[in-house]
Amino acid sequence: MSLTQSDIGRIANLARLELSGAQSETMLTQLNGFFDIVEQMNAVDTTGVEPLAHPTAVIDHVSLRLRPDVASEPNDREANQKSAPAVERGLFLVPKVIE
Amino acid sequence: MNELHTLGVSELASAIADKKTSSVEAAQHLLARAKQHSGLGAYLSFNEEATLAQARAADARIAAGERAPLLGVPLAHKDIFVTKDFATTAGSRMLAGYQSPFDATVVQRLAAQGAVTLGKLNCDEFAMGGSNENSAFGAVRNPWDTARVPGGSSGGSAVAVAARLAPAVTGTDTGGSIRQPASFCGITGIKPTYGRCSRYGMVAFASSLDQAGPMARSAADCAVLLSAMAGPDIDRDSTSLDHPAEDYTVLLGQPREGATAAQPLKGLRIGLPKEFFGEGCAPDVIATVRAALAEYEKLGATLVEVSLPRTELSIPVYYVIAPAEASSNLSRFDGVKFGHRAAKYDDLTDMYKKSRSEGFGPEVQRRIMIGTYVLSHGYYDAYYLQAQKIRRLIAQDFQAAFAQCDLIAGPVAPTVAWKLGEKSNDPVANYLADIYTLSTSLAGLPGMSVPAGFGAGGLPVGLQLVGNYFQEGPLLQAAHAFQQATDWHTRAPQGY
Repeated sequence: MSLTQSDIGRIANLARLELSGAQSETMLTQLNGFFDIVEQMNAVDTTGVEPLAHPTAVIDHVSLRLRPDVASEPNDREANQKSAPAVERGLFLVPKVIE
Repeated sequence: MNELHTLGVSELASAIADKKTSSVEAAQHLLARAKQHSGLGAYLSFNEEATLAQARAADARIAAGERAPLLGVPLAHKDIFVTKDFATTAGSRMLAGYQSPFDATVVQRLAAQGAVTLGKLNCDEFAMGGSNENSAFGAVRNPWDTARVPGGSSGGSAVAVAARLAPAVTGTDTGGSIRQPASFCGITGIKPTYGRCSRYGMVAFASSLDQAGPMARSAADCAVLLSAMAGPDIDRDSTSLDHPAEDYTVLLGQPREGATAAQPLKGLRIGLPKEFFGEGCAPDVIATVRAALAEYEKLGATLVEVSLPRTELSIPVYYVIAPAEASSNLSRFDGVKFGHRAAKYDDLTDMYKKSRSEGFGPEVQRRIMIGTYVLSHGYYDAYYLQAQKIRRLIAQDFQAAFAQCDLIAGPVAPTVAWKLGEKSNDPVANYLADIYTLSTSLAGLPGMSVPAGFGAGGLPVGLQLVGNYFQEGPLLQAAHAFQQATDWHTRAPQGY
């Protein structure tokens, strides 16, 4: 199975990337080259194998946990917004979303 | 003292504690040296005022009689750790000018021990790469041959240590990013068990794989740093292991139980995966690794053949899982809360697209594309889920191997450092070069690179040692025993 130029356009849109025509062509070649080595995964029989999402889940005594749902960090709006591209009166500015 | 850069962590800490020098003097000397060798591209940013303030504070603690293994020792951090006093870019144009409101846990823990930050170190953009050529702020040069790559993604980290611009540094390893540059630059580095060091404040690449670790000249110095870096961070990192911090220096120089001083590793069974010694590995690398293993036999270890049958599969498995996680993690870069925003755009979606396409470099965009595709409707089961299933099989392969041995050894990478530009237009060639480090990361096991000698062109070769979960102590003990018997780790590139 090979990806096509229209697949690249669809994926780029999902990923919120804008590729030029030349970039899109390079991407197509490179992704197809990559998926050639991915195809060998299909030959592996994984019937009955549980997916492993987290490596230490295989260690018996380690389990994932949730922390109590309480605010633990101080509210430091000024420091947190220092690197924002556009801020006004403590709010992040974005282009108009609803007409 | 004008030879301060030749001292390792423990030597420098002693010199400072004994008042032969001061933390301020050491920091000034290393900063001057880092600037003198700026052509290597190892450092991305400094804040001399902050560095010297930290050094003065350390000197005051020493004057008050305090002693600690890292007190006053200048270190540098991979620019993937956020720092409130230094710019943080993750090697990306996306984060140019970013100022973090807080320090990463690893940074904070080292600072609490009195370590002083010299600056931030170059790396592949968002830690994606194995040559450091993917940094938006220029490549890093290998001091053993400046026409060659230092490895990556912690390339600036490895070069800072190899060129004596810092006695030790931090790095991160997602698929080999500590071990491979350590190997290429002839230094020592360890990636601990996944979850041993907090990921809080590490700019995220692939969250189920990312792990911090130290890089230094010796296993002993790595042990000092790792003891400070590792330990639970329960409230801030949901995958931080709830396992008390350890002093990794206690086993150093101790013979194994039942062994002798002459043969300190007697009884240690070292497993050699036959898949790591096949025709895919360059003969000079195999010969150097074999010679190091012969040294281990002299130290009392026995070598046994083991098998990691899915070694080759670890490449597609890793390069499906890591980009999948990256595509999700990097969706936060939308030009709204922080990071680059395009100057011109039509609407919100256009702003996202233009900001991201301008901010991310080609390798990062490639991985976002791969990750988005393998997670998309209709492909999730065939790629992402299948990769996660094989990931479990890979983890099981290691447990089967550890039934026959105490640790696993082999090459870190199939070749010595390659020339700058040699693989830069061929992403798949770069991915294939990660073959011996990916499986350890997928399984979440601790692994390290130990200088083993020199291969073709007089370039360094690393010996990879992999332990079972939480076996960092015995790993460092085995590396230290080797370094007591050999001097590969003390060699400096000519001119440094």
